[in-house]
Amino acid sequence: MDFDLDDQQRLIDSSLRVMLRDRLPLERLRLACEKGDGFDPELWEALCDIGMSGLIIPESYGGSGLGILDCVVVAEAMGHAALPTPFLSTMVMAPLAVKRLGNPMQQEEILPQFVNGDLRAAFAFETAPGTNVNSTLQQVDDTLSGRLEGVLDGAGASHLLIQRSDGRAALVDLQQAGVEIDLYQSLDRSRPLANVALKNVSFISLSSGLEGAAAEILQIGRLMVAADILGAAQYMFDAAIAYAQERTQFDRVIGSFQGLKHVCAEMVSMLEPCRALVWYAGHAFDQQQEETPLLAHHAKAHLSEIGREISRMATETHGGMGFTDLLGLHIWFKRIAQNRQLLGTPEHCRRDAARIQGWVTA
Amino acid sequence: MDLSYSSHHLVLREDVRDFIFKHGKQSPKPGGGRKRPGQATLDWQALLLERGYFARTIPKIYGGFGAAPDILETAIISEEFSKAGLSSGIMNQGISMLVPTLLEVGTKEQCEIWIEKTLRGEVIWCQGYSEPGSGSDLAAARTTGIVDGNDFVINGQKIWTSSAHFADMMFLLCRTEAGAGKHAGLSYLLLSMASPGIEVRPLKTMTGRAEFNETFFTDVRVPMDQIVMGRGEGWRVANVTLKYERLLLGDPNKLVLRLNRIKTMMEETRINNERVIDMPEFRERLLKLQGEVLASKYHGLRLLSDRIKEVNSGVRQMIVKYQGTMLGHRLSALAVDVLGMAGLRYSPQGEMTEDDDATTWQIDYMYDIGLIIGGGTSQIQKNIIGERGLGLPKEPKPMNKGGSRADGF
Repeated sequence: MDFDLDDQQRLIDSSLRVMLRDRLPLERLRLACEKGDGFDPELWEALCDIGMSGLIIPESYGGSGLGILDCVVVAEAMGHAALPTPFLSTMVMAPLAVKRLGNPMQQEEILPQFVNGDLRAAFAFETAPGTNVNSTLQQVDDTLSGRLEGVLDGAGASHLLIQRSDGRAALVDLQQAGVEIDLYQSLDRSRPLANVALKNVSFISLSSGLEGAAAEILQIGRLMVAADILGAAQYMFDAAIAYAQERTQFDRVIGSFQGLKHVCAEMVSMLEPCRALVWYAGHAFDQQQEETPLLAHHAKAHLSEIGREISRMATETHGGMGFTDLLGLHIWFKRIAQNRQLLGTPEHCRRDAARIQGWVTA
Repeated sequence: MDLSYSSHHLVLREDVRDFIFKHGKQSPKPGGGRKRPGQATLDWQALLLERGYFARTIPKIYGGFGAAPDILETAIISEEFSKAGLSSGIMNQGISMLVPTLLEVGTKEQCEIWIEKTLRGEVIWCQGYSEPGSGSDLAAARTTGIVDGNDFVINGQKIWTSSAHFADMMFLLCRTEAGAGKHAGLSYLLLSMASPGIEVRPLKTMTGRAEFNETFFTDVRVPMDQIVMGRGEGWRVANVTLKYERLLLGDPNKLVLRLNRIKTMMEETRINNERVIDMPEFRERLLKLQGEVLASKYHGLRLLSDRIKEVNSGVRQMIVKYQGTMLGHRLSALAVDVLGMAGLRYSPQGEMTEDDDATTWQIDYMYDIGLIIGGGTSQIQKNIIGERGLGLPKEPKPMNKGGSRADGF
């Protein structure tokens, strides 16, 4: 028995973290946030070079064929670095949708394009789960029209994957006439959201899927957001501990004051069990265990709550400096805050958890 | 990540299930560590020891089963017993705290004398640690053991000695080395509660029961060879024991069971003809706690895996007592809210009789605060987490005018 990452996962984790540390110093992250376009072509290329674009794409299509726990490890590192470039949609949810819902010919045609980095997909739900953005979509013959709000990873996207309410998915080429993308400044400047208007656009329909595919894509998406929060919260916690060991007041290092020491102890007491929950949930998906939906909904809900606490406490630990722009800590604060609202608020995730356990009839 | 079971683990699980099917009826009700075990409990204990479902890895010469250490086996056994709602054996301070301490730092002779009798439930121990003036600051203990001939002569007072009124033996932390430092002056002794000069007075707690005692020592003689490790090494031994106590206090299996019980209660309880679980306000509280319990559960699994691999879990281990006892109290708080006004009849029956469900939850709701305080309060835990776990500096000691330490050591 071994409840830990394996050697390959450790290798992915460390090579990704080293790359991001070298390529994404704070100044570069700040610039990305100021620009707010959510896409850094150089960084994107570097990510593709170390195989991130083909993470969960089968080896037969040129990908790495990795599992959900591997993706969890990657998402945690992305959150830790506050990566200002798409990940969730184009590296996990969209390829997953093509894998689950595309027929063999479609898979063969589309999946390799993800791997070489040419196909970058934004992601939207026709009926956004547990959020208050409104989308409308109509299909007339072989074209789609309508407006999708709160689209994830619209920055630098070549395509849009729409998970439709009837369970099918649609892949829309965004470089065609009739597409209008409004990338708007979002709370998390490193990952702007978008509204996309479509007028009689053509699309590839992915509809050979198994039952439950849409639900599973949502669950895995939620787990990825939870892992992102975990990484971002860990960054803020580490920064708070370092600051508490270095800052002096009243001739003492502030971490020696119990008032602050106990805040630090509370943070780690909340955070460490989160890692076990998120890792275990990833493992459960790979083992196709029954409790995966429950774990995914709870992971998103619980990490959202703990992330909120830690982002406040870690900011507070830095005193006035934490409130300024100078340390850049707010980039992670906003990432955690944005993650909380993505793919369903914690309240909604808990309602889903209640439903699947039969605790709610409505 | 490999959480699969090998074939011999699967066989063991089947064996345990088979045992439970055949013998489960003989099991006493789980728990019961707060009173002296009766004959049924002792018989059950003997059966468990014989089959290797208790003290599985303790050497045969000390009354155990002598199996090679395999933490997963132990976990499977306790999982099956708790799933079946059966007693997995006697849980008391002697078994959970003293036995592992003796195995870790005791002499072979001490192990031979005490472990088997303790495991069989024949010898009951109590813990002589806290004093009225040294609770959180345990090392400030002032109960003395002065050498006289071949004995230590003990004078002083201990408090929070649960089970002292029926215990046979005590493990005692006392000051034997006058003039040595605060920590270096302590020794860890084993003594009979039948020794002349010991007076035990029950200490009634907020639950209305006397779960603890005050224990007074007047010229109590303890032979000098009844010491664990050497003179002045008591602080080290005490910390070994505390480590095992804290493991006991944050057990996530207990949290999982408790959550399930509350869920069932919420399905069965109605307010104005509406099931409590159908009321969004209550259900949301249950769901939030479920998320926390799941995190604790898998954290526990991760710690189990650390122990199997003999990895030092560091801060991950240190958070368990604080985190687990606080969560336990949030769970019992939900339970008493579900019980509501109908759960206000409070009639604890004392040690020998079972309490009704409502009273049991109300007792837990209060007793949980005792658990938050005992074994090092939450505040002490947070110091330990911050200082030993996160490397934050200690609070400076207050100085007297003359430059000596204000605490006199």
